[in-house]
Parts: sequence; C-alpha cells; structure tokens
Amino acid sequence: MTEVEFLIWVRGPGFQIATVIFVVGILLRLFEILMMGRKVNLAEPKGSEMAGGMRTIMTRSLHLAATGSSAYSQTAGYIFHIGLFVTILLFAPHILVFQEVFGVKWPSLPTTAIDAITVITIITMFAVLAHRLQNPVIRFLSTFDDYFAWFVTLLPLVTGYLAFHRIGLPAPSLLAIHILSVELLMVVFPFTKLTHAFTLFLARWYNGAISGYRGVES
Amino acid sequence: MKDTGTGELRVEAGEFLTCNVEPLLHEVRHGLARLLETGETTTIDLRGIPMSPGEEDRIMDELGQGEVKAQLSALGPSDIIETRFPGVWLVIHHNSENEVIGKFIEVCEIPQILRAQREDIHHGLAELAERLA
Amino acid sequence: MSNENEKTLGEVLRLQGITRRGFLKFCAATTSLMALPPAMVSRVAEALENARRPSVIWLSFQECTGCTESLTRSHSPTIEGLIFNAISLDYHHTLQAASGTAAEEARKQAMQDNYGKYILVVDGSIPQANPQYSTIAGVSNLDMLEETAKGAAAIVAVGSCASFGGIPHAHPNPTGAVAVSDIIKDKPIINVSGCPPIPVVISGVLAQYLTFGSIPELDELHRPLAFYGKAIHDRCYRRPFYDKGLFAESFDDEGAKKGWCLYKLGCKGPTTYNACATTKWNEGTSFPIESGHPCLGCSQPDFWDGGGFYKALSIPTENITRNIIYASAAGIAAGVAVGVMNKAKKARANKSHQKTTIDDLKK
Repeated sequence: MTEVEFLIWVRGPGFQIATVIFVVGILLRLFEILMMGRKVNLAEPKGSEMAGGMRTIMTRSLHLAATGSSAYSQTAGYIFHIGLFVTILLFAPHILVFQEVFGVKWPSLPTTAIDAITVITIITMFAVLAHRLQNPVIRFLSTFDDYFAWFVTLLPLVTGYLAFHRIGLPAPSLLAIHILSVELLMVVFPFTKLTHAFTLFLARWYNGAISGYRGVES
Repeated sequence: MKDTGTGELRVEAGEFLTCNVEPLLHEVRHGLARLLETGETTTIDLRGIPMSPGEEDRIMDELGQGEVKAQLSALGPSDIIETRFPGVWLVIHHNSENEVIGKFIEVCEIPQILRAQREDIHHGLAELAERLA
Repeated sequence: MSNENEKTLGEVLRLQGITRRGFLKFCAATTSLMALPPAMVSRVAEALENARRPSVIWLSFQECTGCTESLTRSHSPTIEGLIFNAISLDYHHTLQAASGTAAEEARKQAMQDNYGKYILVVDGSIPQANPQYSTIAGVSNLDMLEETAKGAAAIVAVGSCASFGGIPHAHPNPTGAVAVSDIIKDKPIINVSGCPPIPVVISGVLAQYLTFGSIPELDELHRPLAFYGKAIHDRCYRRPFYDKGLFAESFDDEGAKKGWCLYKLGCKGPTTYNACATTKWNEGTSFPIESGHPCLGCSQPDFWDGGGFYKALSIPTENITRNIIYASAAGIAAGVAVGVMNKAKKARANKSHQKTTIDDLKK
C-alpha cells in the first residue's frame, strides 16, 4: 500500500469503522448500565436524592485538602485532562472534523499555544505513569488495562506533535499514522477504563444519590 | 492589492508579513561589519527567501539608492546599484526578455561582475594588437 | 556532431560570443537556480568552464505536453535557453524540426555515439494495460523506454506523470499507466515531479548534472532535495495566519480577500513537498496560494485521488452521519438487549438461590 493509499484509507474506511465501533460500544455499555436499574428503596427518604447526587459530583471532582500522593495524582490528572481537551477541541484542523460530522464549530487557539500545551500534556502523562510505577499500592493494583489505556491516549498526542512538526517521516505518512492512532483510541475506548469519560458523572451522582436519600453525607 | 489605474496591479503589504525585512537588514549589518574587519564579502540570494506580496518592495525602499548605478549588457541587462548604505549593492540580472533571473544583495567594495575580467582583457588586448598591426 | 561535444562548455559559450562577465552572470543565475548558496558561484563557474556537453534524449509518452510547455515559456537567450544550448538536445519530438524516420534515425545515432553517457529525459506515463495505447513511430512507449534506457547514464522523469503515473494513473487508470521507475530498475532516476514542475526546477536539475556531472541528493521519492526538501506549509508566507487561526472559509469572503490561510478550503500545503513557496512561478511572480487557490499537492503521488482538492486534510473523506445514526440505533438496541439478558440471568440466579462468590464481585 502506498503512502497516499494509506492516508486515503484512514481518512475514509478507517474513520468509518472506528466511529461505528466507538458509537456502538459506548451506547452498548451505557445502556447496559442503565438497564440494571436501581433497586427500589421502600424506606422513607430522609433527604434529597438529586441534591446529594449533584453535591457528590462536585465534592468528588475537586479535593482541595488532598496531600501527598493524592495531591500529585489530582494535579497531574487535571493538567493532562485539560491538556487533552485543549489540544483536541481547540486546534483548528480538529474543529474542522467536528464541523464536518456535527455541523457545529467554535473558535480555535493559535497553533503556538496548542504546541506548547501538547508538550506539557505529554510530559504530564509521563509523570502520571511514573507515579503509577513508583507508588507501591497503585503499582500493585495496576492491570494491563491501566497501562494500555495510558498508551492509546499518549499515542495521538505524540503522533500529532510529530505530524505537525513533520519530523522523521514524509508528511503524508505522519498524518496518516496520527489519524490511525486516533482510530485505535476510538476502537478500544468502549472496552477499557476510558469509558469513564461517559460514566463518571453518572457514577458520582449515583453514589451521592444513595446517601442523599438516606440523609447522610457521602 | 490595488489597481493603480494604469492597468498595473501593485500589491500592498498587509499587516501580517513573513517578517523578513528586519532579519535581512540585520544580516546586511553583520556583513558590513565583517567587510570592515576582515574584508570578507557577503552575498544574499533574495530569491531563496519566501516573501509575502509587497515585502520585497519594502526591502527595496529600506535599502534605497546611493551614488552609483551601473548597467551591464551581457546576455540581457543587469542592474548594479549601490544602495544608500555604501558597500551594500543590489545586483539584479535580467535575460534579454527583461525577465528577472537573479536578485542578489552583495556586501563588498565592488561587485565582482563590475570588474573587468582577465580573460576579457586578454581578448581585448589581442584585438587591439591586431588592429595596430 | 561528435566533435562538437568534445568542446567544454566554457569554449562553447565563448564561441557564441559570450564574455567572461556574461559567463559569470550565467553562473550566478545558475547557482541561484540550483538553490545553492551564492558562495558556491565560483565553484559552479569552475565546474561549468570545464564541463562537456552531454547529449540529451527527451522522450514524451502519455503526457499533455505541459512539462515541455512549462520549460519553454521563455524565448531567446535565457538561462533555460542557454542550458539547452549548453546541452546537445538530440531528440525531442515536440521541439525538433525533423520528423518521421529522419528523427528516429537521429535518436538512434545519438544513442550510439554517446552510449553510456547520454541523459534520458522522460515526460508522460507509460501504459501497461495495452502497450499499443501509446506509440511513437509504431514503437510502444514501453519498448522505446526500455531500449533507450539501456545506454543512458541517468534518467530524469519530468512531471508527475513520468514520476508517479500522474493523471492517467488516477482511478480507475484505464490504460494501466505506470511511472518510469516502475519499469526501469537498473538506472539512476531523478523524479522532477509537479503538474507541471516549476521550469527552473527542471533547468536546475539539468544544470546540476551539467555542472557537477552528478545526481543531486534525492529524497525517498527520488526527487532532488534542493527543491523538494521542504513542505509548502513550511515556506508559505500565509503560515502566520494558519498559526494565528485566521482562515478563509470560502473563496470570496473577507478572509480570502485579506489573504488568510487556505487550509479550510482544502490546501494540501502541509503534505506537499515542492519549491513553489520560495521559487514561485513565472520568474518569481506568484504561486497558487498567493493567487488565492489552495495547493493541489501536484508534486505528490496520486494527488488526483487524494481525497478531493477542496476538502481539508483533517476531514474524513466519506460521509459519516448516516453511519453514526445506524450505529447509535444498533448500540442502543444491543445495550438494551444485553441489559435484558443480564436481568434474566439475575432473576434465574435469585430463583435458584445461587450464592454470590468472589468471582461475581471481580467482574
């Protein structure tokens, strides 16, 4: 397969396949979870479900009193998540993809800013991995899924950086590899812990709701 | 872009340029310093620099014109102009169709091409000798 | 013919009445043409002085003649013209005066006289589906190429058709068009791609061979690095607009009028390697982007099939909306189905009073 054929494939059939698997996978898991339903609690509610749920979303999202390992995880986590959102959603060529698929568009950031944020995000990703490897408890609890999810998230950042700066290979190949790495991420997304992107607020709300119903703090 | 009314289109430099003017002038400055210190000449090929429309005109305006203007007729006309900075020359080569085939800034006491060349002097001497024979 | 080629280029030019000054001007322009630094002029002068006139045979196959047109846009003595005087163009069936058997005889004679030393220039692709699709004097392109390549010192494939197959090679490629490099494997080939290539690039490559008697440094697609080493995007004067996020959204909007970046209009600058942004066209007048049109990527292989000239590089080439709708429906249905199955499984487990084990908790 020539360089051009590769690029055409990832922009064509590759993207179709990845999107279908991604959409089917995420909706399958979401609805599977929703179908589990909630056990009916016949006790009288002592507080508000909704208030408890919403408050727990907030409290579980930001721990200002965290120290040590938790503080490290939280800070690094916020940095690379924000970095991911910025590099994915505020880079002009990416916005074009969303515009093509969903018909909506929004302003972009200058490429110099995106470039710097990409580097910061990549460094933070490695910092996060280092923490996982060095902390004995986290290392003990880590499975293949944890490392794999980290890897498929890092790959588009690195390949995107190389494609933008045209380093190492001819430009069409670099672009094709970058798009392929995104398609890999999309394909494995629903079957790894990355699904947290769609389930985390649901999970936090539910935890809070259970306690809120009982009138206790969660 | 502006239509000057004479059927000629003059491009005006926009606010955003590729910013070649300042770096180029710096290079010329360093070249002049080198020329004074060691006698080393510097040549800059203007065609190797990507310039936005109107930028080249700005550079020409900055360099201005000095005391010397020479025209060479060999394989078409060439203009050798000293800019307002002595030692900084503009050498523009044209073919016989008046199309530009080379554009250089030379930082030197005198561009090599203005000097009479030894081979041509030999040739001239032989011709003169024949005439006087 | 043969004793003319014994003279050096310096001698040939002096015989044409060109002074040393004229020669120096020629060298300065040639050095600039080859994208070499001006400091190399004296080396170029020395090399050209002592160079011998190489014989050049130019074969045109499945082409539109655009490459020859591009090269011959200038008339009387120009650098391109001088280079053609400096070489001995022994065969070019668009430009030559002779035709028919006389022309073919001239070609065979030139090949014989200069065996192992002549340069073969090719423009146009070669049809493989049926060699009879393109013939010259009854000889198929394939046969003529193979025969002429045997005694060539090097082959210059001019234009995207000869370099990569070009427009005849575009889907569905009815003639089975292929590039020169798909057929000739045992000779050095220089691909001077572009549709057409910039004239000074063609001359520059010939000048390089003339001056140094060697092949310039090539990239992985066998194109001279001096002209194809940088992407258009890296030398484009509109790059500051791209970096600032200022794009033209359509061909006649405010952004287009202000000269903003053409990425959204499908510009292939980021994935195209050529000298258009620096060397430009028509003796440095302009190039497509400067004229307001996105780069087509014409010096890259298969640019005709590259996903559409007006579709930005980052956009998927096929329509995705319908598939997303179907996938959503399928996903929801599957999720609900699995959920129902899970509920049934749980009900069965409850009914048969199955104990919860550690394995269930690990799921």
